Amino acid sequence: MSLNPMHQFEVYRLGPEINLGSINLSFTNASLFMTISASVILFFLFIGTKKKSLIPSKIQLVSEMSYSFVAKMINDTAGSSAKPFFPFIFTLFMFVLFCNMVGMLPYSFTVTSHIIVTFVLASIVFVGVTIIGFIKHGLKYLELFVPKGVPVILLPLIVIIEIISYLSRPVSLSVRLFANMMAGHTMLKVFGGFVISLGLLGGWLPLGFSVALTGLEILVAFLQAYVFAILTCIYLNDALNLHH
Amino acid sequence: MKNYFFALCIAMLLFNRAGASEAGMPQLNPEFWASQIFWLIVIFFSLYLIIWKIFLPKITFSIENRKSRIVNDLNEAQKLKESAEKKLKEYKQIVEDAKKEAKKIIEESNKNLALDLEKNKKKINDEIEKEIQNAELEIKNLNKNSISKINKIAEEVSGEIVKQIIGSEVNKSNVSAIVETVAKKEMEKNL
Repeated sequence: MSLNPMHQFEVYRLGPEINLGSINLSFTNASLFMTISASVILFFLFIGTKKKSLIPSKIQLVSEMSYSFVAKMINDTAGSSAKPFFPFIFTLFMFVLFCNMVGMLPYSFTVTSHIIVTFVLASIVFVGVTIIGFIKHGLKYLELFVPKGVPVILLPLIVIIEIISYLSRPVSLSVRLFANMMAGHTMLKVFGGFVISLGLLGGWLPLGFSVALTGLEILVAFLQAYVFAILTCIYLNDALNLHH
Repeated sequence: MKNYFFALCIAMLLFNRAGASEAGMPQLNPEFWASQIFWLIVIFFSLYLIIWKIFLPKITFSIENRKSRIVNDLNEAQKLKESAEKKLKEYKQIVEDAKKEAKKIIEESNKNLALDLEKNKKKINDEIEKEIQNAELEIKNLNKNSISKINKIAEEVSGEIVKQIIGSEVNKSNVSAIVETVAKKEMEKNL
């Protein structure tokens, strides 16, 4: 283990090199931890839905609670018309949450601490929401950029600002998650390094910080998954209900 | 606070740059970007499909099942409660009716009893009255008869006595007249 706090974000190839033309699609440690997160979700859901008893077991209760949590979130922010997108948002929330949480385990790799991963997720949301908006409202969807009740003189400026803010959605969505994850893990690593370098005498303070930060990071891991999902719901609400 | 630490880390990174073999953020190294995008899309969408097609219907079924079961149970409980209340009402009605009936029966029997008593009393009184009257009549008769009988006996006895004394038959009508006057005198004296 290197002392460099950024070393933990290193991506390296596992197994043979897979090339599609000139593009390198090798299986990496990032891919491994994506698979692990997805498997943990599936395992958890499998256990949670195995018995379907009337009085739920603990794991069944947790899986049903996550279901109703996401369902309530969608219903509160995007209304009942967003119901067909429930599976997607549920998957998104669970995937981000479990990637964050699996990343909290020591020696693991945090998938969501890579800007490219969060950017792809945010882009899927962004492109999907835009397509849904155009399918639902046609060209009227462009009215999203023209707020009602704005003086005509200000309109060109407002429209430009609205377009920029709309286009920056995937960037803000992805950078928020990525930066939070990276910052948290870097901090944990730095304090871990302090514990070693300060030794038996002075290492207790950074150790305490590390413990506290771990708790904080678990909170952040949950919170960022929640924020990611709820922002997706809000964008979806814009596309579905088009009131500004 | 967090941002401050983050800045601290970045600063440390910059200072340590010379010593580190791989400089900067690995996230910005595009070497494995294509691989990450590819695997992310593959894994994420397979997860999406599996959750959508397999697990969510199960959870929905389980939750709906429980919800409908609870609603059914509540309905049934409500129904049972209503029927129990109805039964209770019926029961109370029956008790009330029975009480009323019992009261009525008691009243009636009391009345009958009183009537009977009155009737019997009257009858017995009448009978007693009659007995008394009869008895009085008998006594009167007896009185009357006894006086005339006594007179007769007295006549016969005095006739016998007179016959024995004087040795000859006496006129019967004379004797009876004397006896009658004496008896009358005596009777007036006694009564």
